[in-house]
Amino acid sequence: MSSLDFSTKIGSKRFSNPIFTASGCASSGQELAQFFDLSEIGAVVTKSIMSKPRLGRPTPRMAETPSGMLNSIGLQGPGIDVFLEKDIPWLVANNAKVIVSIAGETVDEYGVLARRLRAVSGISAVEVNISCPNVENRGQVFSCHPDTATAVIETVRRNIGGELPIIAKLSPDVTDIVHIAESVIKAGVDGLALINTLLGMVIDINTMKPKLGGKTGGLSGPAIRPVAVRAIYQVHQAFPNTPIVGMGGVANGRDAFELILAGASAVSVGTATFGNPTALIKIRAELEQLLLERDFRDFRDAIGFAHRGAK
Amino acid sequence: MIGQKINKSAKQIHAEIISNKKLGPYHHMVFAVGDIAAHAKPGNFVAISVGGENSAMVLRRAFAIYRATDKGLLGGSIELVVAPHGSGSKWLANLSVGDFVDLIGPLGTAFGIPTTPANTMLIGGGYGSAPLFALAETLKNRGCRVDMVLGASTANKIYAPLEGKRSVSSLTLTTDDGSAGIHGQITESIPRLIREFNTEVIYSCGPMKMLESINKIASDFDIVHQCSVEESMACGIGVCMTCVVPVRIDNEVKMLRTCIDGPVMDGAQIIWNAENEGGNI
Repeated sequence: MSSLDFSTKIGSKRFSNPIFTASGCASSGQELAQFFDLSEIGAVVTKSIMSKPRLGRPTPRMAETPSGMLNSIGLQGPGIDVFLEKDIPWLVANNAKVIVSIAGETVDEYGVLARRLRAVSGISAVEVNISCPNVENRGQVFSCHPDTATAVIETVRRNIGGELPIIAKLSPDVTDIVHIAESVIKAGVDGLALINTLLGMVIDINTMKPKLGGKTGGLSGPAIRPVAVRAIYQVHQAFPNTPIVGMGGVANGRDAFELILAGASAVSVGTATFGNPTALIKIRAELEQLLLERDFRDFRDAIGFAHRGAK
Repeated sequence: MIGQKINKSAKQIHAEIISNKKLGPYHHMVFAVGDIAAHAKPGNFVAISVGGENSAMVLRRAFAIYRATDKGLLGGSIELVVAPHGSGSKWLANLSVGDFVDLIGPLGTAFGIPTTPANTMLIGGGYGSAPLFALAETLKNRGCRVDMVLGASTANKIYAPLEGKRSVSSLTLTTDDGSAGIHGQITESIPRLIREFNTEVIYSCGPMKMLESINKIASDFDIVHQCSVEESMACGIGVCMTCVVPVRIDNEVKMLRTCIDGPVMDGAQIIWNAENEGGNI
């Protein structure tokens, strides 16, 4: 079988293959490195980092659901200082392509984080996690309103400078995701990450109370995959030139291929890693096989293939 | 960020089931695991995929290692005590000899062993007694006195196999319903037994509420308490951040992962009443 050009691009940056970790599903990267070489995947997307250390939410933080799980971590993390001092140098030294995910409670916090990243070497892109509650506006999630989503992206754009691609990660918990995508594209993003988890709840029928310490949690896993496929398809149809990092319940090569056909330029793997630490490597191999079987010689020809001939 | 890494001996393998026996409400299962057995220490656990391929159960299940045998007829093996409560553990317990499972181990921290012989008490609730028998053997070989206290709601839920009793100086049983041993909650008997045996170190494993009560007693007697904690876990390898417990080290609060910094932790460092400190501690 002849070879495949498996590389992909987000903005100005090239990645050797389109299989990435999903934010918050690889911890510092060191844990997964015990199972495979991080340079074998397209990129490590870090957990969403905030300006200060954060303890996160109380336990229980997890509930398994049919073909999925709820998580309620509350962005536990070391804060940007420790992250830049320890996590980034380790990832760079281990030849990982790094996409740094940032999260803030205010528009200004995103700006502060972007400013801290502009001088850091070894970063390939910034993912802006705007599925966070805005403490300045009754906890409304930034990505649920075009104006707040725009404000965050414009602030990041202004503070980051240079050519570092900006990827906005959007929540599917909105009436019209295409409308939100349009607003962040106008604000200057280079790519989109679709989709974040869906908000859910499990009630323990023995205690008769919500099972999670934080009551609600983000639903992930194969249960949400059709939602991801739909969101990616709709957004790619409206904005075919904006690269999408697709995610949502990808557990094997077939699933990754489905998101790519819908319009994803890369695929992040999250929950599948919890069940199998080598899921990323398995998915990459299965996807490569599927593409070759269908006579794709350039991975990029498969992106959005489901739209070909569509009206 | 925490400086701790996952157990450096941990490997992902396909492990063959070489024995599966029903013991009262539990299943005693043996897996061929090669050199994972040689690296396993009392307190370590394994994480097993359940439900087979395309299962709706997407997360691994964690099981404390009951015993590890370095060199047997089939190479290294580990033994687990499985309580088939949920759909994942039921699936596992229903597997047959010759079936394979996707297993990662050994994971997590091990019980610390005193450097000089000490009077130790091992306290287990329900099938939480499983990792204590291998610990008892190690402690006995180091010249420690080993007093074991096992409790459960009712007699048949006490996991206390015959061979496990060889390494202990005394064995006390308690049941909530009085069907075996002392009638009452396991923690009610502990203060008297500590005085009787001059206990210097407590090791415990069982439900969090039980561990919390034991920690209070250990603190009152000012003795060391190492406990194996149980918190909902999705991955077992330190990436999901769900299995954390709050601890206080040098007056600083941290949320430590029980799959990496545990399951065996210093009871005195754990913040047991975190929910009373309100929301984000």
